[in-house]
Amino acid sequence: MALQLEIVSPEKLLLSKAVEMVVIPAAEGEMGVMQSHAPMLLLLRGGVIGIVENGQVTERLFVAGGFAEITPERCTVMADEAIPVGEVSRIVGEQRLNEATAALEAVDKMDVDAINAVMDRIQSARAMVDAAGV
Amino acid sequence: MPSLKSLRIRINSVKSTQKITSAMKMVAASKLRRAQQHAEAARPYAERMERMLGALATSVAGSPNAPKLLVGTGSDKIHLLVPVTADRGLAGAFNTSIGRATRLLARRLEAAGKTVKIFPVGRKGRDFLRRELSSRIIGDISYAAKKRLEFSDAQDVAHRITTMLNAGEIDICTIVYNRFQSVIAQVVTETTLIPAPLALVTGTPIAAGMQASYEYEPDEESMLARLLPQNLAIQLYRALLESAAGEHGARMTAMDNATRNAGDMIKRLSQNYNRARQANITRELIEIISGAEAV
Repeated sequence: MALQLEIVSPEKLLLSKAVEMVVIPAAEGEMGVMQSHAPMLLLLRGGVIGIVENGQVTERLFVAGGFAEITPERCTVMADEAIPVGEVSRIVGEQRLNEATAALEAVDKMDVDAINAVMDRIQSARAMVDAAGV
Repeated sequence: MPSLKSLRIRINSVKSTQKITSAMKMVAASKLRRAQQHAEAARPYAERMERMLGALATSVAGSPNAPKLLVGTGSDKIHLLVPVTADRGLAGAFNTSIGRATRLLARRLEAAGKTVKIFPVGRKGRDFLRRELSSRIIGDISYAAKKRLEFSDAQDVAHRITTMLNAGEIDICTIVYNRFQSVIAQVVTETTLIPAPLALVTGTPIAAGMQASYEYEPDEESMLARLLPQNLAIQLYRALLESAAGEHGARMTAMDNATRNAGDMIKRLSQNYNRARQANITRELIEIISGAEAV
């Protein structure tokens, strides 16, 4: 028995298959999900999703953030944007990082929500640069 | 009786119009196929979003500090209408029906003493509403220059709406768009986006036991705070895609009709032309014969 993994972006269904384990970048740390996991709803940060089959990482996708729903038989990742790691562009990542850093300068320092939003963007952009570097 | 020459000119002009309309029909057909695929590809995400939101909303809706996007501001004074139309015409009643529905809705709300603000998406809707309701229009957006609608476009609009909501400038947000039912049928649909539709808030009771047992990371509220704006964007995105598919469907039907009408017109004109030509020949023959008889 295996875990049914689905990765969807707003634009399309990217992937739907049975896998042994999937490692997802949850907001509070990387998380490996296997079959029979307790039901959870997660917030994702920018990072790399790793798909594990037969003890090997077979596929890696960069996600810029999003949500995940885990049930014992299924894991649904709703990514804001998902790109196979091999196709992640370092230039785009750096450009986003610059934009986000600039946004941090401009943001109202008293507005906690806005600061958090910008920090998320910076984190996501950093993760993208890192993913491109691998 | 029009002269032969003027008839010939008319026939030719109708023929070239027919060529244009039949070409437009074919272009619309191929664009429709693409738009339909696009709309279908976006469906899985929206469905899963709905399921997730349903699970979350049930656990948070009752709490006093539930987010505004979910339960609204508690008042219903200021309505924001978002009519979604195409940027181009020649699509039958596609744009006007949206314009009319919006105008009707605005009138009804104003008669009930509410304030109405309008944020048209698409050039045709803006032009239509500017004639009578220009004072209510608070901005507009058009994707005429875009080849392909992207999710970030919907996110921009969603962001503007959320900002207005948080600033207390609007209480309720309703989107008016053409839902794509089939190639020949587009249904004008009004959907309330803020507060989130009640069906979502109450959640479907299926697998109620499952929903209650979800764990959250981080907590429900911060999760909902991220999920709701995303949901708004998704709903908008869906409406935009449906409307895009509907536009091409409507244009295809309209152009098909136009091509057929042009064909009828050509037939009628050709008949007139032939009749006139025949009359000329007959007249000339009569002249010749009577001339010969006179000799």
